[in-house]
Amino acid sequence: MARDGTGNETLGGARASFAPWTDPAARPLVRFEAVAKRFGVVPAVDRLSLDIYEGEFFALLGPSGCGKTTLLRLLAGFERPSEGRILLDGQDIADVPPHHRPVNMMFQSYALFPHLTVAGNVAFGLKQEGLPKAEIDARIAEMLALVKLEGFEQRKPHQLSGGQRQRVALARALAKRPRVFLLDEPLAALDRKLREDTRFELTDLQDKLGLTFIIVTHDQEEAMTVADRIGVMSRGQLVQVSTPSELYEQPNSRWVADFIGDVNLIEGRVASTGPQGTEIKGEAGGRLRAAQTVDVPLGTLVWVAVRPEKVSIAAETPSMTTENGFAGTVLDIGYLGGVSIYKVKLDNGLIMKAAVANRTRLVERPIGSGDRVSLSWEPTASVVLTR
Amino acid sequence: MSETGQQRPPQRRSWGSRLVVLVPALWLAAFFLVPFLIVLKISLSQTAIAQPPYLPVLDLAAGWQGFREFIAGLSLESYAMLASDSLYLASYLRSLEIAALSTMMLLLVGYPIAYGIARAPRRAQTVLVMLIVLPFLTAFLIRIYAWINILQRDGLLNDMLLALGLVREPLTWLSTDTAIYIGIVYSYLPFMVLPLYASLERMDETLLEAAADLGCPWWKAFWLVTVPLSLPGVIAGALLCFIPIAGEFVIPDLLGGSDTLMIGQTLWTEFFANKDWPVASAVAVALLLILLVPIVIYQHLQMRALEDR
Amino acid sequence: MRRGLSAFNVTSIALGLAFLYLPIAILVIYSFNASRLVTVWGGWSTRWYVALLHDSAMLDAAWTSLRIAFLSATAATVLGTLAAAALVRAGRFHGRTAFSAMVYAPLVMPEIITGLSLLLLFVALDADRGFWTVTLAHTTVTMCFVTIVVQSRLLSFDTSLEEAAMDLGAPPLRAFLTVTLPLIFPAVAAGWMLAFTLSLDDLVIASFTTGPGATTLPIRIYSEVRLGVKPEINAICTIMIAVVALGVVAAALIGKRTELARVGADGRGG
Repeated sequence: MARDGTGNETLGGARASFAPWTDPAARPLVRFEAVAKRFGVVPAVDRLSLDIYEGEFFALLGPSGCGKTTLLRLLAGFERPSEGRILLDGQDIADVPPHHRPVNMMFQSYALFPHLTVAGNVAFGLKQEGLPKAEIDARIAEMLALVKLEGFEQRKPHQLSGGQRQRVALARALAKRPRVFLLDEPLAALDRKLREDTRFELTDLQDKLGLTFIIVTHDQEEAMTVADRIGVMSRGQLVQVSTPSELYEQPNSRWVADFIGDVNLIEGRVASTGPQGTEIKGEAGGRLRAAQTVDVPLGTLVWVAVRPEKVSIAAETPSMTTENGFAGTVLDIGYLGGVSIYKVKLDNGLIMKAAVANRTRLVERPIGSGDRVSLSWEPTASVVLTR
Repeated sequence: MSETGQQRPPQRRSWGSRLVVLVPALWLAAFFLVPFLIVLKISLSQTAIAQPPYLPVLDLAAGWQGFREFIAGLSLESYAMLASDSLYLASYLRSLEIAALSTMMLLLVGYPIAYGIARAPRRAQTVLVMLIVLPFLTAFLIRIYAWINILQRDGLLNDMLLALGLVREPLTWLSTDTAIYIGIVYSYLPFMVLPLYASLERMDETLLEAAADLGCPWWKAFWLVTVPLSLPGVIAGALLCFIPIAGEFVIPDLLGGSDTLMIGQTLWTEFFANKDWPVASAVAVALLLILLVPIVIYQHLQMRALEDR
Repeated sequence: MRRGLSAFNVTSIALGLAFLYLPIAILVIYSFNASRLVTVWGGWSTRWYVALLHDSAMLDAAWTSLRIAFLSATAATVLGTLAAAALVRAGRFHGRTAFSAMVYAPLVMPEIITGLSLLLLFVALDADRGFWTVTLAHTTVTMCFVTIVVQSRLLSFDTSLEEAAMDLGAPPLRAFLTVTLPLIFPAVAAGWMLAFTLSLDDLVIASFTTGPGATTLPIRIYSEVRLGVKPEINAICTIMIAVVALGVVAAALIGKRTELARVGADGRGG
């Protein structure tokens, strides 16, 4: 599978030239075909279909209980689908037990064997293959070098820090050179600073090894940083599968727009749509404009999504009553260091948020609580959502 | 954590996992369940001077005819005897009375101990629990025997009372109900303390602080918060003591008198002295029926305690 | 529970422990009594231990009991561990409720009923009663205690460890033997010890199921005790207490060593 990046492009997760999912001729490495998994009558995964390609870093993102871990366990072989098929390299793997699948998993708890040393943990999977001792030793050295844990061979798991344990878990699963590497909330147990560093190490590692990674996470920032594509899950179904930037800039539903980042949602009805864009009449008054065209009859109820950082805020000027322009009163200001969030009550009753970068050192706030302000944004910042 | 931790039904059953269930299940069926059916059957038989000493004997070689004769030969005679002779009724009542009273005593003695241990520092708790369990691991018989040393007429207890001038004549302790109660409380104390401790130890300390914060004095908080929350432990401990005490044999035999027997002693006598197997079996079946309700409750609690964690 | 002991707490613990240990301490002290009269202190002596060495009936009984305890504890540990694994890992199989009822029932069943029923079984099978019937009976009763001990350990066992082993290519049985068993070993060993002491301790069930030539130590002690207190009995009881105490100390030491590793990794995951 094509992998022609230099490795530096992975920053932010999007590799410009790597997009096999856009190629209709590309054969997926992993294919879920209408897979359902029920525990009793409760569906954890609900007739879900998904293709994942060789060399891809795919993230399953969703709130807890959405079925993402179950999906991972189905692929690892710990659960059996109630319906549908799971194909690996075109082969149905339903009857392959976990210990025969060329798939390895890094567990959320790491599941390091407490009675074995670091070397013993890494060697565990290799011994099951019956490799000669010299080769096992070489592979252990190679893997520990890869995760920068040389010299820790004889330590027991309880003698390691959380970050070191996480690396052992990585090395242990990767030592088997799996076709697909599964990571179940791999960074959840680490503290914030370490988590951010480790994200970049994960993308580096994936780049070096050229393996297919599937990560499960509830942390959207994590998913956006590491993944080529993200599958957003809710109630056992995939709501949207896109690249990180597409997901943020072009969410396909209110649910996704709201789940990924912060958003203002304004209800309205389509007044006109055409090549020059779409005009929407706000339900609470005012007129909104979006640069995109929508394929719905006039008068349909839609929602305009605007990210707070795309909203400009200014002291009110009398002439400002155009499209995508609203006057209001500042309710509250949240100072977050890098940005300030202004919560504004519009004259039509809606509440909107605007995020403003604090470019200069804040000595005196030009706009304060209770001030009259006007908010505005570009038509290209509006996303029209029909569901 | 999301969905990883729950127990899940397995996907398919290999012969290996079938074997894990089958081997212990067959063992228990053969050596626990079947023997009970035999007891039930013999309780419906009649005494005979033969080997084995009861009738009828199921003759499998005689086929269906043999089975019919076998069924026809069953009788309720042993149960009729249990009902007619007041000795048995008295024996059952005495067993239940002793079991109930000693369970109450155990609760009174065990609760303060369990409560004290639960309030001790973490490290001390482990040691204290160990100290409670340790005598339980030294033979039961030894512990009863130790009390004979103390309670006999020229034993230590009387020596001490005489030396202190509390009594003039040595008192009779051995072969009295007092001795039985002492022996039972002594032997069963760990069975009461451990479940009580387990439920008290799990209790959230902030609950009592919250009660105090809401204006509740400590003794009231104990009664309104601690006691209700330790109720599962109280019930488990009480059942764990009551059931085996009701069937106790060794303690009343060695420490008690010979006027009224506990049911365990009656069964033992019927079996070993009178060689009346059908009546001994009927005594066992009746005892089991009496204890059935507490046993079922105990089982239910045990399963819930182990599986809801 | 709040830590911090009141005077009442300390008193109740102290009285409780005194109640539990004083009789045993008195027994141990009197086993060193030189006087034949049990209640008269005649100075320190080990004569009753020496006398014990010449009591071949008592020694035979002790040897029989030890062999029965060893064999039945070993068998009970295997069966009890299997039963625990079945209850925790086999999920919902047909007859699970009946199975767990059968596992827990012997725990509370009055010994006298269990003993009688096992004897009647052996009679029905026309089996020669003796060493092996007692061993079978003890295996059956003590395996349930092993099950309880191992089951509670398995319930707190992080299943993802076993899954990780399978994920790395180990078939289920090998995953159990190389990962689960070493980690639950302290519980299995504790179960074995418990089964061993229970077997060594049992009078009622052994009395029912034994036959000629297989007198166990408790049966022997019981028949002596019925005739009155004897100093030799004090001595043999002291030896038994010492053996149990040593065993417990050894188990505690083993436990300490393995506890570290266990706390180290397995309590944390989820």
